[in-house]
Amino acid sequence: MEAAISGQPRKSKLFYRIGMILLQAMLVLFAVVQIYPLIWLAFFSLKDNSEIFSGDVLGPPKQFLWSNYTKALSDGNVLTYFINSVWVTAVTIFLVLLLSSMSAYAITRMKWRFSNATMTLILLGMMVPIHAALLPLFMVLRNLKLLNTHWALIIPYVAFGLPLAIFILASFFKGVPREMEESAVMDGCGIYRTFFFIVLPLVRPALVTVAIFTFLSSWNELMFAVTFINDTIYQTLTVGIMSMVGTYITQWGIIGAGLMISTIPTIIIYLLLNKQVQESMIAGAVKG
Amino acid sequence: MDKVFSNKRDIAIFVGPTLLLFFGIVLIPIFVSSYYSLLEWNGVTKPTFIGLDNYVEMFTDSRALNSMKNSLLYAGASVFIQLPISLLLALILASGIKGEGFYRTVYFIPVLLSTVVIAQLWSKIYNADYGMLNTLLTNIGLPHLAQDWLGQRETALAASFIPTLWQYVGYHMLLMYAGAKSVSPELIEAAKIDGASTIRTAFSIVIPLMKPILKVSLVFSVIGALKIFDLIYVLTGGGPFFTTEVPSTLMYTTIFDTYRYGYGSALSVFIILECLLFTVIINKFFKTDY
Repeated sequence: MEAAISGQPRKSKLFYRIGMILLQAMLVLFAVVQIYPLIWLAFFSLKDNSEIFSGDVLGPPKQFLWSNYTKALSDGNVLTYFINSVWVTAVTIFLVLLLSSMSAYAITRMKWRFSNATMTLILLGMMVPIHAALLPLFMVLRNLKLLNTHWALIIPYVAFGLPLAIFILASFFKGVPREMEESAVMDGCGIYRTFFFIVLPLVRPALVTVAIFTFLSSWNELMFAVTFINDTIYQTLTVGIMSMVGTYITQWGIIGAGLMISTIPTIIIYLLLNKQVQESMIAGAVKG
Repeated sequence: MDKVFSNKRDIAIFVGPTLLLFFGIVLIPIFVSSYYSLLEWNGVTKPTFIGLDNYVEMFTDSRALNSMKNSLLYAGASVFIQLPISLLLALILASGIKGEGFYRTVYFIPVLLSTVVIAQLWSKIYNADYGMLNTLLTNIGLPHLAQDWLGQRETALAASFIPTLWQYVGYHMLLMYAGAKSVSPELIEAAKIDGASTIRTAFSIVIPLMKPILKVSLVFSVIGALKIFDLIYVLTGGGPFFTTEVPSTLMYTTIFDTYRYGYGSALSVFIILECLLFTVIINKFFKTDY
């Protein structure tokens, strides 16, 4: 047995090397497949029509046509959509963080009869697809005259974001040592000061996770956005981009610029927080 | 001490707003939808109660049945094409190959993009005349394969599945990678010492221990396929000739284009029940101890 192994070390080493090279080649090829469409998008967002349609279709632009970006931002209203998206997303994240941390805290740390039942009910909410609420919400928002306002998106985004956020935060709160709160209360802190100044800072990583998750889902949401808003001045990027595409149907360069503008913030966040983003996606999935 | 943590007013302030939103926006609308689904109603005139007629129509209408078939095909493709690729990549990366962190980061990027962007991007990739795909095919000497991918019945469904595959393969890869990494290295080491090959170790040690995460991936990809909306809505709108239509796009057009609120609600209830059913089935057949 040993002789058989030691008999051909050179050959198996060579095979191993070749295998590794093939494996790396495969991984690189896959990386190209995952990333090249985006690079291609960046390319054509800087080209004019004649270059997109008859020049080097796959390659970089000969001249960088930045005017596509200014056209998309001003004539194509992308700047308006962008500001709307930032506003809706920021308020949503703030409210989700505030409400989910308070209720997760109350569920895991405060003493009341229905805390377990409340948790179960909220966990059930993680399984509800938004399709289910579309028409009833549309009717309610219409009756409340909230259609075509930012609240028409913020309220449902917050409500549907809460279950997962509470789930993530609750598991973190359970890990906070009880003594921290007890000594704070002994020193005369009320429940609010204890919560906001002692406990919340301790679960900062969980808050970042929830914020990232909420950012991605509300920044990218389409179904509610397309149903509840049809007034250009309130549209967010997802819907706005669609109407821009309708307007510039043959001018790919301007469309490309609009698509890039709605993508860049996400990519920047990812490149800055790449580890946290990946971890938050894992945390969001592993709910047992 | 207990007094501070069991003050009823404080507890109400802590959970009250959340419960209000949760009940008002998430829970009650489901029951409202279920009620709407029993009505013949256009949203303007007085609704008529018709019992289960909408559901009967749903299961006898060829357009609705076709949309269900399409979403099941999406689910099947996700499970049998997307997940194996993700698993393979996850196992390779988790084995500690050079550049592991870089590949993981790059593969994951499409996960973060909005589906609207992805749909627009891919509609350009598929463009029959100037798109990236046909140009690429021509450049590598296969011009006869170039065609109108989204425009014809034969290719539309498969072509509209590819962007989903492209978008989420990195997500499942990441989950499975985390699962594979959590397998104790001593076990893998022990298998190696016992003479097991890399492939044998993967199948006998690593994959079985990844079962909990594989179940999560399975549930996510099946449920994701059953409720797919954004991509189809933007990419093909269900066309050509309903070849890419799915229940959620049919629900959407039924409600907001043809104003059949009752029938549309029945479709939305169907989507919820279908998702629940598949979750239960997967959990049942894929039992894990922890």
